[in-house]
Amino acid sequence: MKKYENTGSKDTRSGFGAGMTELGQKNENVVALCADLIGSLKFDDFKKNHPERFFQIGIAEANMIGIAAGLTIGGKIPFTGTFANFSTGRVYDQIRQSVAYSDKNVKICASHAGLTLGEDGATHQILEDIGLMKMLPGMTVINTCDYNQTKAATIALAEHHGPAYLRFGRPVVPNFTPADQPFVIGKAIMLNEGTDVTIIATGHLVWEALIAAEKLEAKGISAEVINIHTIKPLDEEAILKSVAKTGCVVTAEEHNFLGGLGESVSRVLALNNPKPQEFVAVQDSFGESGTPEQLMEKYKLNNQAIVEAVEKVIKRK
Amino acid sequence: MSNTQHLQDFSTQVRRDILRMVHAVNSGHPGGSLGCTEFFTVLYQHLMDRKPGFNMDGIGEDLFFLSNGHISPVFYSVLARSGYFPISELATFRKLNSRLQGHPTTHEGLPGVRMASGSLGQGMSVAIGAAQAKKLNNDNHLIYSLHGDGELQEGQNWEAIMYASAKKIDNLIATIDLNGQQIDGPTDEVLNMGNLKAKFEAFDWDVMEIKEGNDIDAIIKGMEEAKTRTGKGKPVCVLLHTVMGHGVDFMMHTHAWHGKAPNDDQLAIGLAQNYNTGGETDY
Repeated sequence: MKKYENTGSKDTRSGFGAGMTELGQKNENVVALCADLIGSLKFDDFKKNHPERFFQIGIAEANMIGIAAGLTIGGKIPFTGTFANFSTGRVYDQIRQSVAYSDKNVKICASHAGLTLGEDGATHQILEDIGLMKMLPGMTVINTCDYNQTKAATIALAEHHGPAYLRFGRPVVPNFTPADQPFVIGKAIMLNEGTDVTIIATGHLVWEALIAAEKLEAKGISAEVINIHTIKPLDEEAILKSVAKTGCVVTAEEHNFLGGLGESVSRVLALNNPKPQEFVAVQDSFGESGTPEQLMEKYKLNNQAIVEAVEKVIKRK
Repeated sequence: MSNTQHLQDFSTQVRRDILRMVHAVNSGHPGGSLGCTEFFTVLYQHLMDRKPGFNMDGIGEDLFFLSNGHISPVFYSVLARSGYFPISELATFRKLNSRLQGHPTTHEGLPGVRMASGSLGQGMSVAIGAAQAKKLNNDNHLIYSLHGDGELQEGQNWEAIMYASAKKIDNLIATIDLNGQQIDGPTDEVLNMGNLKAKFEAFDWDVMEIKEGNDIDAIIKGMEEAKTRTGKGKPVCVLLHTVMGHGVDFMMHTHAWHGKAPNDDQLAIGLAQNYNTGGETDY
């Protein structure tokens, strides 16, 4: 199978910060808002280089979303930054009315998504945010897999008109997306072609899917691996084309199985080509404290869990 | 003062519109709408520096944000009669496929509306954002906003109020419709907010009051004064004392008409109390 090289592990949030730094230089309409988490969101450079375009809101996320909506009136392109939990669930109605329903060009950028923020525990580990955001009409939902892809997605969002949710994380993870790969919103990336099963992964689970595919190859199973960075709008064509060939699918995401990527894929299959599907996702529970590795092991969100799900789904064909 | 007679006539016509709009669909919020009729009239017919037509970004003109979106009837009537969309469209209020939704929205592309409101407490933040965009664009025009008094029970307002003074948002005039009523009764009984002037001042705003919030001359004088207080490092708050249901005697001084439409007889009485002798005509 195709080999992917880790060019040096980094956190996806640093990819966001690098993207903001570049946007700050390239696009004078880009403004950034933060709710007392400059360091965590890697806003330091943007703030230093463009203090007049950086808005420290304080610990007041609802106000931050509203101010961002207002800044669009006058042509600004606001990028808000805080943890995923405080970017979504805490401010759902503000996003719903002032951003989504009002069709404001606000980019809601969320770090520390999922379990992998680790020790802080369930108060900070949101596993429902993809569902919350994808249910909003007109909202674009993106979950990037590594540093380079997060940087590219951040830059691409400035050129995209409309509300968007960009989800990334805290841990240092392998960086394997080519630095020059353009980010096309809504376009899946074929990482490995295969014939026996389609593995559709998003975010931190993409690298795990690649490892799983290697392990499966050793077992004589040919796995196709697709990186779905955009959960909405979903690249239905890529999914259907692959599943027509392989006849079964495993979805993998750092999110509750309710409301996540897996359910979006299920809908596409149910409407067009129903096939067996297994879900590598959190089984409708909250997270807890622990190291990222321990949590991904306990909640079965690693390459071993993907291998097991593939073996199970192939038997259901 | 006779030179404001045309504004009086205009607001009489707006009151007729409000009554007829909510009556036609047997729903909507006449009480707060009637109470703010003179304020909207002054804002759009006298105070704001507006450009013809409608551009969402609103560069080079004053902008207004309505936070308490349920008083959409007065907003729609004044927008239509200020040239943003055909007056005849007021007849579609709250009907299927209308741009005049129950609560204002940008979603259907109604000219004059820059944000959706209805879920309370969000407009102050949006107005602040628009004020900061004006500063970034070196645009010296002002942002006006209107908020219900009951609406101040929503916590997001206080995040915004704290932020506005800390960041010296001095191109914003936020007006509070102080009618003392909310759906469940007098604000003092539902959740007494105490001394709002002292609260805003404690948050370091420049606060002024318009005691006669249904008197056009008093509103002009007060809002002109508010304008002179902008650009001095503090956000400006106007406490506008109004009477809910103003201009229709049986709707005044009660929360009963917050969200209730008049029946046929009540409409006739309300319209009779608001004969329009000016040039405007019913839609």
